[in-house]
Amino acid sequence: MTTTPGRIERRFAELRAEGRAAFVSFITAGDPNLEQSEAILAGLPGAGVDIIELGMPFTDPMADGPAIQAAGLRALASGQTLRKTLGMVERFRGTDNDTPIVLMGYYNPIYKYGVDAFLSDAVQAGVDGLIVVDLPAEEDAELCEPAVAAGIRFIRLLTPTTDDKRLERVIANCSGFLYYVSVTGITGAAQGAQDAVGAARKRFAAKSDLPVVVGFGIRTADAVAEIAAVADGAVVGSAIVDRIAKNLGPSGGLTDGGVRDVLGFVADLASGVRRAEQPLAAGGAR
Amino acid sequence: MNKPERPNSYRSLPDADGHFGLFGGRYVAETLMPLILDLEKAYREAKADPAFKAQMDDLMKNFVGRPSPLYFAERLTGHFGGAKIYLKREELNHTGAHKINNCIGQILLAQRMGKKRIIAETGAGQHGVATATVAARFGLECVIFMGETDIERQKPNVFRMNLLGARVVPVQSGARTLKDAMNEALRDWVTNVDSTYYLIGTVAGPHPYPELVRDFQSVIGIETREQMLAAEGRLPDTLVACVGGGSNAIGLFHPFLDDESVAMTAVEAAGRGIETGQHAASISAGSLGVLHGNRTYLLQDDDGQITEAHSISAGLDYPGVGPEHGYLNDVGRVQYVSATDREALDAFQLCCQLEGIIPALESSHALAHVAKVAPALPRDHLIVVNLSGRGDKDIFTVADALGAKI
Repeated sequence: MTTTPGRIERRFAELRAEGRAAFVSFITAGDPNLEQSEAILAGLPGAGVDIIELGMPFTDPMADGPAIQAAGLRALASGQTLRKTLGMVERFRGTDNDTPIVLMGYYNPIYKYGVDAFLSDAVQAGVDGLIVVDLPAEEDAELCEPAVAAGIRFIRLLTPTTDDKRLERVIANCSGFLYYVSVTGITGAAQGAQDAVGAARKRFAAKSDLPVVVGFGIRTADAVAEIAAVADGAVVGSAIVDRIAKNLGPSGGLTDGGVRDVLGFVADLASGVRRAEQPLAAGGAR
Repeated sequence: MNKPERPNSYRSLPDADGHFGLFGGRYVAETLMPLILDLEKAYREAKADPAFKAQMDDLMKNFVGRPSPLYFAERLTGHFGGAKIYLKREELNHTGAHKINNCIGQILLAQRMGKKRIIAETGAGQHGVATATVAARFGLECVIFMGETDIERQKPNVFRMNLLGARVVPVQSGARTLKDAMNEALRDWVTNVDSTYYLIGTVAGPHPYPELVRDFQSVIGIETREQMLAAEGRLPDTLVACVGGGSNAIGLFHPFLDDESVAMTAVEAAGRGIETGQHAASISAGSLGVLHGNRTYLLQDDDGQITEAHSISAGLDYPGVGPEHGYLNDVGRVQYVSATDREALDAFQLCCQLEGIIPALESSHALAHVAKVAPALPRDHLIVVNLSGRGDKDIFTVADALGAKI
């Protein structure tokens, strides 16, 4: 697929030049409330985040573990909506026009918003990509095709159950990057073995030139470094969301210093992709 | 909303991608796609295999106790003084409800697929008991996800599942009812893809579940047709069934969909009243959305967040409805109405007192609708009500609602 390079492509090109993998962070928009979530979001690039995944909260997150379920419920309880999530992106773009933002969530809130209205508002806000967990390749006509036409990358999860037969179909309409879920299961579950990740990545490389980022179960800077050695990026979600939960005060918001603590934790995780000893680039340079 | 064109047959859906018009589909995480494609393949093979049908027929007859009688409810008929009322006695099935029909079919599929572990969600506990029953019968490990709220109001069924060797996992998310149990079952399935078969209890979920559950439940309508022809020499005029997810209703309706003379009414749970917002009437008062693998009518807010359903009957307490029902509503083939908790309770007591049958609170919603329409219908109008389950499980809820202590 030929598309004008967007923020995602530019970011991966820069990282290839630097010879390192991307650090990708996930937070849920509006967790624990709009103001503090926005403060965390604004601080992510400074903490070393290369690509931001921003969760769109949903009442029934069927592929998420307890940590991200709880984050979504906190956000919804504080009044978060999809419109407000797009507003966060728009304001973020006021100060940062380089860091890619990928919205991640489930289809129903987008469907209810209206696909065309959503895509137009998302482009306007400065959204770069979408990950919609419950839209497999079989339902590409719903959102994937119109999103790509609107200039938004559609990033798909690849899993250990995606066999070679399916791989082609799953990758066909993918853009931006490939997101490899290193274990079968929900977010926050155990981490897949480094070898398995490497093997899967080779399998994808035969079919696609897109960078491969790996997520699900990565919780420490060491784990980030291990994955960064075999992939183009490492995603941390549940561990960051847990850190937010740990800083909650009795009022439901973050206690004083909570935003700083969360960003400090993110900065530590992000250091995993910047360790000199990691052998990455060979695999990453394509 | 655009009304879909009238098809040549209402019985030819879903299409190859699992769509009933706009409804249905396969909205699941990639991890599950290979599994539901495998399931579809296994189901097509089983359908074409006479040995599968023979095994199914044998179990339906000797384990479930089919056919279930089509019973002339003489005293209810006399009481209402109008239409002639027949009850399809699904409550006489082994485990006390129609749920077992589907479980027999799916456990045989699971066995063919070499799965060793069965998971299921349950609301009222009827599907959980039926699943635990077939898992015990076939020696497979069984885990049932059940909302904590439902565990509280359906204790006897929880104990039954335990006796049958199943592990009941309390679900603490959301309102802790059926929807949350289904989320949790999906999470388990995503995690244990190789070993596990997800035995969905209703005509919802991703394709091919709505189709295969419907096919396994269609025995209800197939028998009803034969029994009514034997009893009255003609087809019934009206079919009535309650609808939560909608498996007992589709099971009764589907074999009659192309018989134009047969009217069909599905009764949703209006809970404390549609106007209160505390109900489970996704077709009467919901809007289109995507949840649990399919597009259908859902209870949701303007942001697409799913709202909580309410019904006195745990089995109807679900904020969605099977996709084929959404379709049958939109094409106008089936009429969707609702009955409140109060109306269901009244019908429950009436059925106990007049017919000597304790109906499930779910089925009581269907009876409540009959109470509204039967008096004004002529005496030769034949109504079949699907008595989808027995009410023994509900006596604590009913006692509570009536202010009785037991």
